[in-house]
Amino acid sequence: MTAAAQIETTFREEHGRILAALISRLGDFTLAEDALQDALVNALERWKVDGVPHNPGAWLMTVARRRAIDRLRRLAVQERQAIDVDAVDPVDTQDEPEMDNSFPDDRLKLMFTCCHPALALEAQVALTLHTIGGLSTQEVARAFLVSEPTMAQRLARARSKIRDAGIPYRVPPAELLPERLEALLTVVYLIFNEGYAASSGDTLTRRELCTEAIRLGRVLVALLPAAQSAEARGLLALMLLHDSRREARLDAAGEIVLLDQQDRARWDQVKIREGVALLDEALALDDPGPYQVQAAISALHATAPTPADTDWPQIAALYASLARMTPSVVVEVNRAVAVAMARGPQAGLQRLQRLADQAGDYYPFHAACADLLRRTNQREAAAQEYERALALCSNAAERTYLQRRLAEMRDYN
Amino acid sequence: MKYLLLMYVAETIAPKFTPEENHALAKDWGAYMKEAGAAGVLLDNNGLTPAADATTVRVRNDKTVTTDGPFAETHEQLAGYSILDCKDLDEAISWAARVPTAKYGAVEIRPLFIY
Repeated sequence: MTAAAQIETTFREEHGRILAALISRLGDFTLAEDALQDALVNALERWKVDGVPHNPGAWLMTVARRRAIDRLRRLAVQERQAIDVDAVDPVDTQDEPEMDNSFPDDRLKLMFTCCHPALALEAQVALTLHTIGGLSTQEVARAFLVSEPTMAQRLARARSKIRDAGIPYRVPPAELLPERLEALLTVVYLIFNEGYAASSGDTLTRRELCTEAIRLGRVLVALLPAAQSAEARGLLALMLLHDSRREARLDAAGEIVLLDQQDRARWDQVKIREGVALLDEALALDDPGPYQVQAAISALHATAPTPADTDWPQIAALYASLARMTPSVVVEVNRAVAVAMARGPQAGLQRLQRLADQAGDYYPFHAACADLLRRTNQREAAAQEYERALALCSNAAERTYLQRRLAEMRDYN
Repeated sequence: MKYLLLMYVAETIAPKFTPEENHALAKDWGAYMKEAGAAGVLLDNNGLTPAADATTVRVRNDKTVTTDGPFAETHEQLAGYSILDCKDLDEAISWAARVPTAKYGAVEIRPLFIY
């Protein structure tokens, strides 16, 4: 591996941990980021000449701390103030620094700060990817289809607010932890879905978002106290189980392949096994929640050898519990589809009819109606529902599917 | 850090309160003031007369232009404020959530600019 490639890898792997520890020590988000940036520039110069050090993470941490002190000194000279260098734990200035290999893993604090509800959701997402994930401003911008200056501004504003509004840098105390953890999991799942839903355009860049979200999930599971980690484990399981189908869910033309038509041999069994194991761990903690239920649904799909083997009655029951935990039209539509699979299309249609008032502008509702009408051979009614779905759907791959079905319905009329 | 809590409520709500509701509200205010005072965070707290009493002043070309009414005509109007000294935003949020009018209005938290 070249020095440039290794620094890139090290940067991605160590960025969150080094930054989190630096912020703890310096008490200043922006100073920590700037100092780490300085250290990376240093690393790139030095490592090209001297080779990559034995422990690149510790090297970066030590140099970043030194650069932070340099910056504080310069600032103090400018402002003619004395600074308390002890506060930043001075390192000696010899050329090959004594490597600090034991800095604490403060990434949980950093994640909770980045996902503080006082920040806009889009800023939470961007900050999390940038600070913990080590994605560059340009990469985050590309993933969310905004210009780099727009993303830079979004990040800068969020950083200013953390400082100016006094957003604390800590793992929230017990009374706040459940709600803050929920917000954090929402951000991680949003990052995953942003990558998973991508079906056109910058697919490759956005796919990395799934990988990144899974990495964040792993950090959470590793760092949260076990007793509070059931939903984090559930979410990580859910993401792995979804991601196991990544290769099978789009065909060569980029069209969505429905679950029952996917080539199950292409599902990633390693991810499925890990997801199922995580789900078992989560369930053993006896602290149920919506991510665990969704992971359980996904696991039932993932472990069915053929579509016909799918345990639809169990899936319908799981959707019923999910509807109790997080009532929504989305859950009800999925529940109706599961009921249709378990007890026949007519039973599913009956459930869907009850949703008509609330779900009118949700295209999967119309797509589900259309599919069930098609299966009960009500071609014209199905065609009309496909048209309604098409009028509301903007996802290219979904549209191709809906158009194909619509054509089938009309061709045979 | 010092925070300004701006309390916004729809002015149409209060006149509809029953005497019991008004009594309960006064009690809640008493509790908020007492608790925030005892915690040592409360620097100042006041209610405002209705927005109809507001006067807005602008100076343009050295001329003072005075208009009747609040700066912005919105559904919810500024009705009161507190100034708190808190450890961090989470503490300010916890006090904002205890402001009695938060149940039917909104509380905006603004950090005071430090010179």
